[in-house]
Amino acid sequence: MELRILAAPREQQALLDLPWDMPLEQWPEWYLVALPRGISRHVVRFTRLGRNVYALKEIVKPFADREYQMLRDLARLDVPAVQAVGVVSGREAPGGEPLDSVLVTRHLQFSLPYRALFARMMRRDTVDRLIDALVVLIARLHLTGFYWGDCSLSNTLFRRDAGAFAAYLVDAETGELHNSLSDGQRAHDLDTARTNIAGEMMDLLAAGQLDESVDPIAVSDQVVERYEALWSELTEWEAFDVNERWRIARRVDRLNDLGFDVDELDIVTDIGGRTIRVQPKVVDPGHHSRRLLRLTGIDAQENQARRLLNDLDTYAAVTEQQGEDEEIVANAWVLDSYEPVLRAIPRDLRGKLEGPEIFHEVLEHRWYLSENLGRDVGLEEAARDYVDTVLRHKPDELAILGGTSAEADTTQPFRITWNDLQ
Amino acid sequence: MATVTFDKATRIYPGTDKPAVDALDLAIEDGEFLVLVGPSGCGKSTSLRMLAGLEEVDGGAIRIGDRDVTHMPPKDRDIAMVFQNYALYPHMSVADNMGFALKIAGTPKDEIRRRVGEAAKLLDLTEYLDRKPKALSGGQRQRVAMGRAIVREPQVFLMDEPLSNLDAKLRVSTRTQIASLQRRLGITTVYVTHDQVEAMTMGDRVAVLNAGLLQQVDSPLGLYDKPANVFVAGFIGSPAMNIATFDVKDGRATLGDADVAIPASISSKVAAEGSSTVTLGFRPEALIPASAEEKGGIPVLVDVVEELGSDAYVYGRPAGPAADEQADRLRSDQVIARVEPRNAPQKGEKINFSIRPGSEHFFSVKTGERLEP
Repeated sequence: MELRILAAPREQQALLDLPWDMPLEQWPEWYLVALPRGISRHVVRFTRLGRNVYALKEIVKPFADREYQMLRDLARLDVPAVQAVGVVSGREAPGGEPLDSVLVTRHLQFSLPYRALFARMMRRDTVDRLIDALVVLIARLHLTGFYWGDCSLSNTLFRRDAGAFAAYLVDAETGELHNSLSDGQRAHDLDTARTNIAGEMMDLLAAGQLDESVDPIAVSDQVVERYEALWSELTEWEAFDVNERWRIARRVDRLNDLGFDVDELDIVTDIGGRTIRVQPKVVDPGHHSRRLLRLTGIDAQENQARRLLNDLDTYAAVTEQQGEDEEIVANAWVLDSYEPVLRAIPRDLRGKLEGPEIFHEVLEHRWYLSENLGRDVGLEEAARDYVDTVLRHKPDELAILGGTSAEADTTQPFRITWNDLQ
Repeated sequence: MATVTFDKATRIYPGTDKPAVDALDLAIEDGEFLVLVGPSGCGKSTSLRMLAGLEEVDGGAIRIGDRDVTHMPPKDRDIAMVFQNYALYPHMSVADNMGFALKIAGTPKDEIRRRVGEAAKLLDLTEYLDRKPKALSGGQRQRVAMGRAIVREPQVFLMDEPLSNLDAKLRVSTRTQIASLQRRLGITTVYVTHDQVEAMTMGDRVAVLNAGLLQQVDSPLGLYDKPANVFVAGFIGSPAMNIATFDVKDGRATLGDADVAIPASISSKVAAEGSSTVTLGFRPEALIPASAEEKGGIPVLVDVVEELGSDAYVYGRPAGPAADEQADRLRSDQVIARVEPRNAPQKGEKINFSIRPGSEHFFSVKTGERLEP
């Protein structure tokens, strides 16, 4: 059979040089950038080509093709997920025996597997933020008609988002894309998520990596409660008296606060004309991050964007430009505030955190510093002090990969497939 | 444990006119391993998902035992979807790995201990309950994963193509393991596959679906020996049954140079429905080389001979002056025959086969339904 690499031309070239005639498990170490991720039910390896890190997953061809297509579809739908790069099929060992296909995805820069987060901190509020991020992701997926089938912390990557987290889907193998989901599908997806998350938390607890104050069962209950609350805010009909029309605006505001834009509202007036019923029809996540991108070209997570936009508002007030055209002020803010801070970060420390996250932390730092010194500290001074006292001591998060041990089955949840029955 | 009943269960996807599952009537017995099989889009997965509560039911009803579950949320149905894989947690004991989902559901501790103990006994895991998964063999680990589903004491197991992520070789060996595990547990199981060989080797009974309609439900041998219609005849069996439309005249079915004697009862049934043709099917093993003095037969020109050691298969084309006409009315472009492996013909040879008496299958050209002699 012929080796076939389905990918964008630029990446195709780079991929050609890899030893596709070897099972992934036997690839020499110099091709790889980290130890295996234990959770996957398949062999997964990471490799670096040029400036990017890629995840390679060995899997039967129909599954590789399907997941590739699924991830491409999700990207088109603007769902936060890892980016599919290609499928390598028709692999053969030198002796002629066929090898499974490989699905290639690009590693998400600055993303953190939950285990890496728990290796350093395991406080209650960290858990809450992870769960919140995951719940938002599930709701977004469900809004687009995506049934995950195997939602878990292990199948998710997290990126820092102004002190909180943004969640990304990593594994779409069990996923299905429908026009819309039935209540049963949503309930079942949530039930799976709940069971997986509780299991993962219990395992962390048993491993001594989780604060004793965290109750895995309460956490898993929380997943369901938060999801239900978010889902009803996103989709439910709300009825009120015709004189309370301001409640329409309030509903939209609430959704904006949750990070969703309302593109269409369905409004129905009852026959008597006394009652109005309202239901959001099309909601788009990323309200703040879209606005920030439009105004400044800065690509940031939702909470980061909210933080940066707040700073932009403050800037407009302080420099008395509130009446000015928004885009002009935004441009000035980038030149006066955002870029000087990022320029103050030494090149060798830029792999620690993403730009918008650094800016967020500098803003926080300025607040603490000002309070301690009893005077208003400028952005530049805050940035300098932040670099020396905080950033320098942080770990590099540009490319943190899953595994920490060669013996994955002693440290991480692992998958059992049916052929293990043998 | 329980029976499962589909009672005219129907699913119509929004925006479509044709039901994905059309008035499915199916009674699954307590403890039975029932396989739903059919080509892609036949409604098998939709049927399973209706039972699981993942798909809405637009008409009819679904019952588990005496309970009507038609509109019940998935978690209240007492079913367990068996996944393609399960996570095992390395820092938790085997007992905790099996029982943690019960904890989430708020099951009392004593009850969890009892159920985990019983499941472990069933799965030969009793002596490993305090160990960590790492200390277990692959097979034992898989049974721990299975234990996770069993401790919930579900009435029904549902499996949707659980082997599809395995390569062909592993699938073959694993399917027997699943079937024997199911028999040991005795839990009513509904299993979906597109692979008719998998269906035939695993199921107590097999339900064949096509285009949303149940075609036939029977034991594997029942389907093979007495397919209810042309679709089932062509779908079940590997290599596939030879099927073609023959002219019926004077107690014989002819197609070009092929000429087969048929029972008088078939001739009269064909006449009764106002036809002059019949769909005739014969499995590869029903063909035997005809003797010289025999009247008629099916002349075949050998293209390929597949030697399997225990068997040999001849893949050929209709032979003779009217071969083209025959080819047009064949359901596939070849005739397949099983022959003696030590005595297989050569490529290019012409052989005259006859059908072993009594192993012909007749179907109405009008309805596609089986005609019994």
